[in-house]
Amino acid sequence: MNIFVFVKRVPDTESKIRIDHETGTIVEEGLNFVLNPYDEYAVEEALRLREAKGGKVIVLAVGPDESLTILKKCLAMGADEAFLLKDKISEAYDGLRTAKIIARALEKKFSDYNLLLFGKQSMGADNAQVPSMVAELLGLPQVNVVTKLEIEGAKGIAHREIEGALEKVSFSLPAVISAQKGLNEPRYETLKGIMMAKKKEIPILSFEDLDLKEEDIVPLLEITKMESPPSKQAGKIIEEEPKEAAKKMVEFLHQEAKII
Amino acid sequence: MILVFIEVREGKVKKSSLETLSEGKRRADDLNTEVYAVLVGHNVESLASEVFPYGASKVYVLKNSLLRHYSAASFSQALFSLVEEIKPEVVLFSASSMGKDLAPRLAAKLGVSLASDCTRTTARDGKLEVVRPIFAGKAFATLTFKSSPQMATLRPNVFPLLEPGEKEGEVIGKEVVIPEDQIRAQAFEILREEGEELDVTEAEVVVSGGRGMKGPENFDLLRDLTSLLPHSAVGASRSAVDAGWIDHQHQVGQTGKTVSPNLYIAFGISGAIQHLAGMSSSKYIVAVNKDPEASIFKVADFGVVGDLFRVIPYLKEELKKVLSE
Repeated sequence: MNIFVFVKRVPDTESKIRIDHETGTIVEEGLNFVLNPYDEYAVEEALRLREAKGGKVIVLAVGPDESLTILKKCLAMGADEAFLLKDKISEAYDGLRTAKIIARALEKKFSDYNLLLFGKQSMGADNAQVPSMVAELLGLPQVNVVTKLEIEGAKGIAHREIEGALEKVSFSLPAVISAQKGLNEPRYETLKGIMMAKKKEIPILSFEDLDLKEEDIVPLLEITKMESPPSKQAGKIIEEEPKEAAKKMVEFLHQEAKII
Repeated sequence: MILVFIEVREGKVKKSSLETLSEGKRRADDLNTEVYAVLVGHNVESLASEVFPYGASKVYVLKNSLLRHYSAASFSQALFSLVEEIKPEVVLFSASSMGKDLAPRLAAKLGVSLASDCTRTTARDGKLEVVRPIFAGKAFATLTFKSSPQMATLRPNVFPLLEPGEKEGEVIGKEVVIPEDQIRAQAFEILREEGEELDVTEAEVVVSGGRGMKGPENFDLLRDLTSLLPHSAVGASRSAVDAGWIDHQHQVGQTGKTVSPNLYIAFGISGAIQHLAGMSSSKYIVAVNKDPEASIFKVADFGVVGDLFRVIPYLKEELKKVLSE
């Protein structure tokens, strides 16, 4: 089974996001970029499937050269191969652009796929679009926000998280699956894995290699403004005996907030 | 015109779809146009009367027995044929689980880009402009569309419902063609935690616990509070989830869910940046924490410095008093 995993570099969740108001973009300087946490679940699931069923785990990232770092991490976790689909725009906030690049790469260079694994969304753009869009562009079934995955032959069953419940979904391969927290517990890289990863080359594919023209993937969303969240006015903080504190809290909810 | 997808789950119209329709109607008024709604499924015509009151001037019903159960492939095919026929300028979905699954598939079919999980819409120069949180709310981007139709999903619990109007209007039924072999992923069973119906993203009140809850059994204290408060759900911080005290479905924050309820009550949550990102857009925030320096107090409208285990019993009493009035 050939399992492809799609990964992205994102600022870690501790990051404070600053905005350059002149360019209307996020200030990347000083941010600590990591493998998107949801993608870690996807990589881990791919490795587990390979361990159980055999096959190959191939990891692809769309992005600038800096994405090589997260691809190295995936190799160190145990992926067999990694490729960078080079896009000089590090964040277009446009899922369609990314999906078109991925779909084209699969058609042109990696058409022997059985399973396409993604994180359910990237932490940052927060779009949750690319998996469904790739599924549509390639005419594949999709199961998003998956917390359990079982594959048997050319069929699978996944648990998909919906509001307050889980849906059991049956699907046929090849398919697109996107991973949610809870799917598994991602492994750490081992020293041996890190040494092995150092020896592996990560080929870089350009748009030219994929027969892609810039005009086919122009971002179709225009960001006209980027802002920080409105800062909150300091509220009322009290330190009193529990009974009195509870009473005042309910008064606040009842009389000021009018929630109850 | 603006077209709004109306989601039906287990025979009921989702409230978040009606919020989306209400917002669609407000923008349609600004843009001097109309808003139409579309229901997809099997035997869903009768639900049209629940949709008209929120501003739809027409309701399309797309029918085929293969649409009895949701699948992204079949629903996007049905919607695609309607969009191609009636050519709306704007197509809106709720950013519910179904909306997030379906809208990108339809967008890719139409070859247009999609703005996900928007929290504000405005009409500008005859077009739609939207605001969406990025980095889980650590920043906000304002977007306009260069492709048509302009497509967006709107975050649940953010947009107010219209005052309900007329219950009747024009219903247009359409049989759509769905090739059966297109449906290669299909939900066949729903697993639900007992007694838990409302998701944190849909709740009007979220009662959340963090590391200060000290153990899984103490989350029952929060469940007790939610049983008193209507439309409420239990939330949790990442440390409580990672400690295994409660399922990750309840996690609020950057690796969990982003919520914007009317009221967010945080018990024993310090307020790490990734947690604040997921809840600071709540309308009111109330926090109880032992540590007067906890960051949660920086976003709280009302804070109690104290021991949550001593405060909660009195809180229940006081709530019961007020609620019974």
